[in-house]
Amino acid sequence: MSDVSAAAHPVRVGLFVTCLVDLFRPSVGFAAVKLLEDAGCQVEVPQTQTCCGQPAYNSGDKVDTKAIARQVMTAFADFDYIVAPSGSCAGMLRAHYPELFADEPAFLPEVRAFAAKVHELVSFLTDVLRVERVAARYDGVAVYHDACSGLRELGVRAQPRQLLRSVAGLTVKELAGADVCCGFGGTFCIKYPDISERMVSDKVADAAATGADTLLAGDLGCLLNMAGKASRQGRAIRVRHVAEVLADMTDRLPPIGAPAERR
Amino acid sequence: MQATSHDFKENARHALGDKNLQAALGILKRDFAGRRGAAVARLPEFDRLRAEGRAIKDHVLQHLDLYLEAFEQKVVSLGGQVHWAADAAEARDHVLAICRAAGASTVTKGKSMIAEEIGINEHLEKNGIAPIETDLGEYIIQLRHETPSHIIAPAIHLIKEQVADTFRDAHTHLDPARPLGEARQLCDEARALLRPKFLAADVGITGANFLVAETGSSIIVTNEGNGDLTQNLTRVHIVLASLEKIVPTLEDVSTLLRLLARSATGQEFSTYTTVSSGPRRPEDTDGPSEYHIVLLDNGRSAMLGTEFQDMLRCIRCGACFNHCPVYGAVGGHAYGWVYGGPMGSVLTPQLIGVKEAGNLPNASTFCGRCESVCPMQIPLPKMMRHWREREFERHLQPTAYRAGLRFWAFLARNPPLYQAATQVGAALLGWSGRGRGRFRSLPLAQGWTKGRDMPAPEGKTFMAQWAARQKQRAS
Repeated sequence: MSDVSAAAHPVRVGLFVTCLVDLFRPSVGFAAVKLLEDAGCQVEVPQTQTCCGQPAYNSGDKVDTKAIARQVMTAFADFDYIVAPSGSCAGMLRAHYPELFADEPAFLPEVRAFAAKVHELVSFLTDVLRVERVAARYDGVAVYHDACSGLRELGVRAQPRQLLRSVAGLTVKELAGADVCCGFGGTFCIKYPDISERMVSDKVADAAATGADTLLAGDLGCLLNMAGKASRQGRAIRVRHVAEVLADMTDRLPPIGAPAERR
Repeated sequence: MQATSHDFKENARHALGDKNLQAALGILKRDFAGRRGAAVARLPEFDRLRAEGRAIKDHVLQHLDLYLEAFEQKVVSLGGQVHWAADAAEARDHVLAICRAAGASTVTKGKSMIAEEIGINEHLEKNGIAPIETDLGEYIIQLRHETPSHIIAPAIHLIKEQVADTFRDAHTHLDPARPLGEARQLCDEARALLRPKFLAADVGITGANFLVAETGSSIIVTNEGNGDLTQNLTRVHIVLASLEKIVPTLEDVSTLLRLLARSATGQEFSTYTTVSSGPRRPEDTDGPSEYHIVLLDNGRSAMLGTEFQDMLRCIRCGACFNHCPVYGAVGGHAYGWVYGGPMGSVLTPQLIGVKEAGNLPNASTFCGRCESVCPMQIPLPKMMRHWREREFERHLQPTAYRAGLRFWAFLARNPPLYQAATQVGAALLGWSGRGRGRFRSLPLAQGWTKGRDMPAPEGKTFMAQWAARQKQRAS
């Protein structure tokens, strides 16, 4: 991968906001913008984006998935890079779009070229922009949950831990079974809520057992799931997207699922 | 075996509430993944070995007819017989005919998932022949009238206290006050009871981990040695195997064996690896006088050339079960047929139909842990998605789910409409959840909110805020 941090022109990044960040936690989007701008990128947000298409893709609906994928590729055609604050959505664009269009060989090279420009936020900062540290403070002890798609489709594991180490006041502990799914799984948690709930119970219990006061991850779906379970069980653990901590924005908004008044 | 895959959700709910099962699964999740991880870490070339193993199987699948015919010729030249079975009924007929010809009244059995697939025990019993399971796990579940819940650890759903109860109920001739608290005591009791059965049986049935085209051999891998007694102490040895077990040479087998034990149990090699090549020769001191291979297709050849072909690389190590969080939550019986876990979620719809087994490929978060540990690099999540595509094409999903999906897709394909809708949704949910920061109950998300809260949105969508910010900057 070429080192673009020293490029003459600012790197143009199209932010793929993701549907969950757009709807539930827009602050994560602004955290991503801040991190990218601090690293010297020019960030734009195409207004014609909606979703990456995973709900249709994982339900076997290839026609709608392809229509949505084409829409995404058109909206983001002109950028040097496409960056998403989610391993799941970035994985969809980067790993699955080429699989989706495998039956259209004439179109495939274009899809592959697009896919190669897509990155998950934190790994983009470290691997492409060569960011080694951030200027942020967070007082606490955190564990990091490796969301499945980022970990296994994009190889995101060391990158968030590396940047978190530079956050003042923060201690990062390792979570036993950090690579085990939290049970969110998109449509899975709707279709099989009982199994999903057992999985997230185990995950939250593992996080609590470390004694950490904060649970971080890079995917909002997993975070909503884990935060929802933790708050239902009355656990005090604070759940946040890793970008909020790295962008030093935690003073401005409460943890996921926590009331605004508390902080 | 009557499939209950259709009732997966109900089976799963039952399993989640079963305390003994959950305790047993807790041990499985902790031990198996840890042992595999340690074994793989000790072998730096493990990933290279995976690629080699995959290439061997891919090559075989390209030339399956050639290797199967070569195998048959070799078996026959050694004095054995190959019986081709297109489906389960044909396989059962072959086995029964061989048993009858041998005048068998009891049959000992090593562990074989093909035996489960064709339901051979019920068939033999119905015809007056008593099958006796000799693998400890299989023996336990036979006493309990259960099916295996795991392809390499059939009784993994039980804790040892349950096994002790089962033995006390079944072995009524023994002292009821005998101690059975330790695993060792359970093993010793089963061993003592099985020994005379090995000696008395007329026919021994085993499975096969591999069939070798070059030598006409069948190979089994066990940790108990029961397979050896099953096939050497009886006069007739029947091997049950499916087509894709074929491998060209013994050299290839050795590559696959190095992958198998590490992936399955974290052992470098299983305790017993037994190669059988034909019946007893005049110079042999022991061995069966008849050697039969029943070769089962049962839908497998129909997978060749389709998006499911890669599934035929499977060497049944069980690593995908041991690393699957869904299997770890509900165990094997919830899957409702012979094969559970991720490999079962791909294979079962092929063997019993996606209409019956459609739940299986759906009950996955696509976390990808199965594929990441599969020694044969089988893209299990991708193939589960292919089954969902078949379901979608055939309109097999629930109507409400399809309608919801269609509505969502309509919005997602119309960005202005989508953004108008999400702005309203975010505002509404944000406003009503603003006090607590979360919902304890939501009308359209009862499945979610039954066991967990739904965090409340901040209130304004990112897209709306970004548009406002751009406008402000421009002015």
